[in-house]
Amino acid sequence: MFKFKKGTFHNIDFCKHFKKFFIFSASLILIGIIATVIFGVKLDINFKGGTRITYSYSGNINFDDAAAAVQDTISVPVNVTKSTSFTGDSTKLVITLVEDKSLSTESQTSITTALQEKYPDNNIEFAEINSVNASMGKSFFIKSLAAVALAGVLVILYISIRFRNIGGFSAGVSAFIALIHDILMAFLFCNILRIDIDSNFIAVVLTILGYSLNDTVVIYDRIRENKKLFSQLSTRELTNKSINETLGRSITTAFATFLAILTVGVVCEIAGLTSLRSFVIPMLIGGILSGSYSTICIAGPLWVLWSEYSEKRRAKKSFKKKNRKNA
Amino acid sequence: MKRTGKPVFFIVAILLIALTITAFTGFASYYGDTKNTYIKGSEDIRWGIDISGGVEAIFSPDVDTDITKSMMDAAKEIIETRLVNKNITDYEVFADYTNHQVIVRFPWSSEEEDFNPQAAVAELGETALLTFCEGEDNEKVILTGSEHVKSATAGVDEKGNYIVSLDLTGSGKTAFAEATTRLVGQTISIWLDDALISAPTVNEAINDGKAMISGNFDAKSANELADKINAGSLPFALSVDDSKLNVVSPTLGAEALDIMTLAGGIAFILICITIILKYRLCGVVASISLIGQIGLMIACISGYFPGTDSFTLTIPGIAGIILSIGMGVDANVITSERIKDEFRKGKTIDGAIAAGYSEGWNAIFDGNITIVIIAFILMGAFGSADSILAQAYNKIMPFFSSTITGSVYSFGYSLLIGIIANFIMGVWCSKLMTKSISRFKIFRNPWLYGGTKENV
Repeated sequence: MFKFKKGTFHNIDFCKHFKKFFIFSASLILIGIIATVIFGVKLDINFKGGTRITYSYSGNINFDDAAAAVQDTISVPVNVTKSTSFTGDSTKLVITLVEDKSLSTESQTSITTALQEKYPDNNIEFAEINSVNASMGKSFFIKSLAAVALAGVLVILYISIRFRNIGGFSAGVSAFIALIHDILMAFLFCNILRIDIDSNFIAVVLTILGYSLNDTVVIYDRIRENKKLFSQLSTRELTNKSINETLGRSITTAFATFLAILTVGVVCEIAGLTSLRSFVIPMLIGGILSGSYSTICIAGPLWVLWSEYSEKRRAKKSFKKKNRKNA
Repeated sequence: MKRTGKPVFFIVAILLIALTITAFTGFASYYGDTKNTYIKGSEDIRWGIDISGGVEAIFSPDVDTDITKSMMDAAKEIIETRLVNKNITDYEVFADYTNHQVIVRFPWSSEEEDFNPQAAVAELGETALLTFCEGEDNEKVILTGSEHVKSATAGVDEKGNYIVSLDLTGSGKTAFAEATTRLVGQTISIWLDDALISAPTVNEAINDGKAMISGNFDAKSANELADKINAGSLPFALSVDDSKLNVVSPTLGAEALDIMTLAGGIAFILICITIILKYRLCGVVASISLIGQIGLMIACISGYFPGTDSFTLTIPGIAGIILSIGMGVDANVITSERIKDEFRKGKTIDGAIAAGYSEGWNAIFDGNITIVIIAFILMGAFGSADSILAQAYNKIMPFFSSTITGSVYSFGYSLLIGIIANFIMGVWCSKLMTKSISRFKIFRNPWLYGGTKENV
């Protein structure tokens, strides 16, 4: 009927190597967790509360002096750091309150005045302020987590229903484990690279839920289709065949998306726009790299193991039943 | 099989490119300095404060009193009135009744060099001063809101006309009775801060403290006036000091827009090169539909189609568009890979293309639905308090406060329209174009679609 020419399809036995993939993922996650324990999580002020004011300036400013000047004005301890673009043509002064609390509008204005008076020749200009009350930040954070949980439940439900004829629940759970894997990767990498966990990150986590699942869905879809065509194949053969058949698509789409996000990341870094860092890094790592990997190497094989296990158990049960009858 | 006509390719391609060009440029005519916009282009997009520069603030009452819904309405009304007085018209104000917050977002235009956002925000939240004055100016004060006015309610009189009725305090009654007796036939003007909000004429002396203002009200304007009067008798001032304030200067925002546009352009070109190298003619078709997808997304954001408004576009929103460009090729990638598979099975050009599109559909559909679910959750969770999605979401999780992360809302919207545009462009338009172009003799080479010579 069909002729498979040599080399037209890759034929990698992904299920056979599951142990290796599992160990690889587990050790990456372990490293990430250790790093997180050591470095801690950097929650953005939108989540934990706090104040951050940014000014653009020219020339040179001694940050210790600037911090002292600000502290004298508002009598609250502050940190002053510098943020520069790659090209170095824009320099910014970032003032953050040491405590996680919001700052009154009055104090904000007095900081601006104090800095402009102290450094009249440095063209100090107000660029941005973000001031968030701690309790408001906390409730926003909880809401974000709730949104992620809700999204997780809904997409798994959808998978379970759509793919019920290939064992919807096991397919759903396998996909879910792959998703947790991706989100963990995104989260842990952000911690290793000291990137703020902010609302962008939450948006990425949700996008990962959709994007990484998209990959898994394409493979499940192929399994469903192949199951009709090649009913004589075992689950393991079926899955390997389906993963291999869709490999070209998975790689091309991942490459195109990776390229798009990487471009955003590179252009922003060169220009000194840092607000998207918390979008670009987790999306590249958790969404695209880990997303493609986990679909092929985790979700597929895991589903096979699950199915094989339940098949065995069913066989055992019916074997026992037979034995009982015979006895 | 119904065959697709040869000209279809050109018609679809030209339409897509025309859509995209007009979506970016818009269409407007100038008559002197007046601009008449017929089609909104990218210039008419309403930018988020991270691009246009602006203020995003959550106001909360500065005291812990019992706060009612009508107090929140009044608080919202006073902020709106003050914004208009400052000539800021492009504002968004929402009241969150459960958590007693007023959420405000307004742009900071780059023309206002001396603008002090902190001072402006502080002013917006100040206790409102309501006065009833003799005549048409606010010099001779008869009543003040905090002292003499209990409340105002909008209602309907016996003739069915909309009215606003006032409930005055004891001392208010006396003062009002005196003034109305003296001023029958004359005007008593009502002022909020320094803005005239109403100037009714006194019909008769009012001695019992139950005054009614009638006029050409409809339900909305009657409610507005009642809210404004109530604003003057609010027992609290509003403040952002203990809530949330985010201010972005216009220069910072403008830079960000340039950067994102550049990033989007580069990403688009790189993706086109990738798919053309990989899928040859299918890649060219995919690139054209990708252009159409971008055009359609911009159109959905700018309010290109008659009767639609511009959606606020933020930096994460633009990132969402670029992400959609990357993900958008997926539909084309799935079908192109399918077509290759079909060639391997020994199908002809027409057979492979037809099968490629019909077999690929399931995977494209299921994969994209999950992202639609995600987009809806993003928009519900991070949208404005009074958006339909946020309201539905609040019914599921009412205990969470509303947020003003409009930036993430915009990202969710970009994802959503990206998927929809992808269904239209990446699936339907691509199919039309591929089927049509494959009928030209010079394009009858299977190699162009990823096959080999044996498939002719």
